[in-house]
Amino acid sequence: MSMTMTQKILAAHAGVDKVEAGELILVSLDRVLGNDITSPVAIREFNKLGYDAVYDKTKVTMVMDHFAPNKDIKAAIQCKMCRDFCREKEVVHFYDVGRMGVEHALLPERGLVVSGDVVIGADSHTCTYGALGAFSTGVGSSDMACGMATGKAWFKVPSAIKFVLTGKLNPHITGKDVILHIIGKIGVDGALYRSMEFTGEGVSELSVTDRLTICNMAIEAGAKNGIFEVDEKTLAYVKEHSDREPVVYRADEDAVYDEVIEIDLSTIKPTVAFPHLPENTHTTDEIDEIRIDQVVIGSCTNGYYENIKEAAEIMRGRRVADGVRAIIIPATQEIYLRAMREGLLEVFIEAGCAVSTPTCGPCLGGHMGILAPHERAVATTNRNFVGRMGDPTSEVYLASPAVAAASAILGRIASADELED
Amino acid sequence: MIFEGKVIKYGDNVDTDVIIPARYLNTIDKKELASHCMEDLDLDFQEKVKTANIIVAGNNFGCGSSREHAPLAIKESGVTLVIAKSFARIFYRNAINIGLAIYECPEAAEAIEGGDEVYSDSDRGVIVDKTTGKTFTTKPFPPFIAQIIADGGLMEAIKKGNIR
Repeated sequence: MSMTMTQKILAAHAGVDKVEAGELILVSLDRVLGNDITSPVAIREFNKLGYDAVYDKTKVTMVMDHFAPNKDIKAAIQCKMCRDFCREKEVVHFYDVGRMGVEHALLPERGLVVSGDVVIGADSHTCTYGALGAFSTGVGSSDMACGMATGKAWFKVPSAIKFVLTGKLNPHITGKDVILHIIGKIGVDGALYRSMEFTGEGVSELSVTDRLTICNMAIEAGAKNGIFEVDEKTLAYVKEHSDREPVVYRADEDAVYDEVIEIDLSTIKPTVAFPHLPENTHTTDEIDEIRIDQVVIGSCTNGYYENIKEAAEIMRGRRVADGVRAIIIPATQEIYLRAMREGLLEVFIEAGCAVSTPTCGPCLGGHMGILAPHERAVATTNRNFVGRMGDPTSEVYLASPAVAAASAILGRIASADELED
Repeated sequence: MIFEGKVIKYGDNVDTDVIIPARYLNTIDKKELASHCMEDLDLDFQEKVKTANIIVAGNNFGCGSSREHAPLAIKESGVTLVIAKSFARIFYRNAINIGLAIYECPEAAEAIEGGDEVYSDSDRGVIVDKTTGKTFTTKPFPPFIAQIIADGGLMEAIKKGNIR
């Protein structure tokens, strides 16, 4: 049959036996997602279409996470527009302040995505769910509006790059280092229009969190989607979080790939992306002293329990350096609660960090940690474009939770290995 | 469709955060979005766009966020056509869906300079740099894409019954 994982999922959702790269197809959607920034535009477009109802009240999902808790009056009005729409259309999965989390951390946790699903979201990091063996991709608000109305979206079937993972990660090296390493290698348009498919014996060495982080940043290489081969860890995760049955699609033995790239996980070092592109990567052992003003640990890339736990263990009994503002944002209420019950939030506060309720906040320069001119931040987020976290002259360095935590303590960009015992 | 006008030129990886910074995404008002278009990349954009209406750029134009506000801000600013060496995929989709014409044409994007006068016929897939006299060919839009752009966007095309 010669299809990749992605092509198989798309074929099944288009109701055909086979698809080929480049073909235009119409697929059925298992979930349509939007947030408080993109949904208002989608609602405006949806209302133009003249549909009374959304295609499926249980499949349309809205999460108020970007500028929520409302950062200003305009943001409050946008959230209200989403809230009113969801109430009127009886949308089941509407997540507001107090129940919401950063959308891409929230959906897997709530069991709203399982292996084999097709998900579109009006947010570029919708590609995160490939970690669970789903096809998911970011679209715009018009596509979201059409998806909400019809349950369908058109796609050009992508070709793929196959990443064969081997070896095992070293201590304090996580999914973030892996994906930054890959983007540094192939560039911010290295996978443009294509799928990034992750396979190989090294997959089993990666936690589901690592896989979520890796797929989350597939878009930063220009990819349409990132996707991991489903294994026991995936199935255990899905079973724990969802009542729905996963459907496992494997690539055919003779599937055709544009490129095959081998990544030996054991060779990956703590990796940091310098301003102003995620491809500007350096390993911490080759950089000069770079002083910092702020650290942000959180986001749909790295706000998961495992990330918060690792950062807390590094900060335990230590103090954030003078002159550094460290902001910790667990990605969901559940993660926040668990971190609180396990005493991790206490560790952060004792270290001199601010701990925030879930929000995308500073990642996109919304609120909760905006940078002044020429300030510098280390963030576990996913983009470091000009002005991303604040003033256009400010700088964002992308890194793992371990590097971010160590940097907060030392006041400069550093790996966890540089901390004294 | 015919596009004609003066060019504003940019480089590679023009991302959606500079096209429309997230700090302005607390509104969906097109005019307000347009008033901040390209603000973090080019403070002179608002002035330039008074006399120019075609953007020419390098690789990966529109990379980053899925915000449809980005092509909306560009279109509302008065830009009618964007020519680039390549586009980020979500931006490409969004531009078509809101009825902003875009061409992927590396040769034209390389050769055309800021300030040049350009003429283009999308039905024939021709781009002419009237300033230098150079002509470039690109694939014409497939009919359904041409229809969406002519109708002013996906929603309008659906409403008019042109997309089923």
